[in-house]
Amino acid sequence: MNELKQLGKDLLQNGTVKVIIGYAEGTTPNRAKPFIARTPEDAEKLVFNKYCVNNLAVYLTRKEYKGKGTVGIVAKGCDVKAIVQLIQENQIIKDDVYIIGMNCNGAVADLGKADESLAVKCLNCKVHTPHLYHTLLGKLEEMPKTEDENLKMIQKLDAMTAEEKWAFWEAEFEKCVKCYACRQTCPMCYCERCIADKTQPRWIESSAHTRGNFSWNIIRAFHLSGRCIGCGECERACPAQIPLTLLNRKMGMVAFKEFGYSAGMALDNPTLVGNYNTTDREDFIK
Amino acid sequence: MEEKTFEPKITAFVCNWCTYTGADLAGTSRLKYKPNIKMIRVPCTGRIDPVFITKAFEKGADGVLISGCHPGDCHYNTGNFHARRRWVLFTELLNYIGIDSSRLFFSWVSASEGKKFVDVVSNVIDTVKAKGPFQQYQKINKEFVLDE
Repeated sequence: MNELKQLGKDLLQNGTVKVIIGYAEGTTPNRAKPFIARTPEDAEKLVFNKYCVNNLAVYLTRKEYKGKGTVGIVAKGCDVKAIVQLIQENQIIKDDVYIIGMNCNGAVADLGKADESLAVKCLNCKVHTPHLYHTLLGKLEEMPKTEDENLKMIQKLDAMTAEEKWAFWEAEFEKCVKCYACRQTCPMCYCERCIADKTQPRWIESSAHTRGNFSWNIIRAFHLSGRCIGCGECERACPAQIPLTLLNRKMGMVAFKEFGYSAGMALDNPTLVGNYNTTDREDFIK
Repeated sequence: MEEKTFEPKITAFVCNWCTYTGADLAGTSRLKYKPNIKMIRVPCTGRIDPVFITKAFEKGADGVLISGCHPGDCHYNTGNFHARRRWVLFTELLNYIGIDSSRLFFSWVSASEGKKFVDVVSNVIDTVKAKGPFQQYQKINKEFVLDE
């Protein structure tokens, strides 16, 4: 990974970027943590390995970095999708980011666990090599092809009756403690004031009761439909282990089926919900 | 004593320019429909945030009807096109969660379609009545004591 350190050093030295958002070694050997390199010396600490799970694109919309000069970012394929989607939504300016694309061989499902199997999203990832970058680093290795457990679960849910679906999600949403970790970790949840924080009127109840949990999880999934790039950070951050990926991925599948839209894949794609077509489906409208 | 029959509570979000005026026409034409429906007037179907719909269910609605101008007739030109695209996603989402099309209804009713409005409302009420109360949401509601 010396090439990453060298590149970071060069970029910071010659002033191409003001800071580099990357990863550094964590507190134990089987962890990595987000790290902001501000000086060429800091760049010595940059690492990239399978423990680099965080989606760093979430930092790009923070006021510390947004509009404050060019930001370098160490990005896996899924992170690049988030960056592309943010550019599409006019949240960041294309020239304000310098993407250090990493050829990614998958990241672990969760940090600090004895079981170091790769995340399900990685096993079926289509962007092991990022689709947009300024510099590409790292080597790609052959990855095992495995069964898509998420997809199987979604198909299973689709085949259920409405009552069974409700029972499934009630059991899941019951666990929600309204910590909003899913929102905080999501690169697409950049609203300065979230609808869940509004109190006049209070659209989404703040107590961690199943009733408000339903509204929160439904509205969160809706706000991400056609926008979620599938990094799976929400599910990883969730302390209650709610399978949020099942919701987000399903909505991604709907967006693709209905509108042929995949989030974060092309810079010049118009956003899904911000636009319309006169030929959109309306067979459900009587 | 006669057993009390179930009367569904329906919340309707209707656009000011078409469906609300259509409902008005139904009234001035002396057309009759059941009083189970509570209408909420919004400027445009584009104004209907999906959070309105979850709130209606949360507050005890057995069904929700959403109605606005026909495509191309929007007072604001494109409001209903934007809304329609959102609904495609939102209905699929609710379906996936377990709220199917027997609880959530959409229609286009113009200002001159007083008769159609009556038909739509009657159909909605009958469908929800046949389906029965939204017990699953109401069960959660009962567990919840809110000081309001």
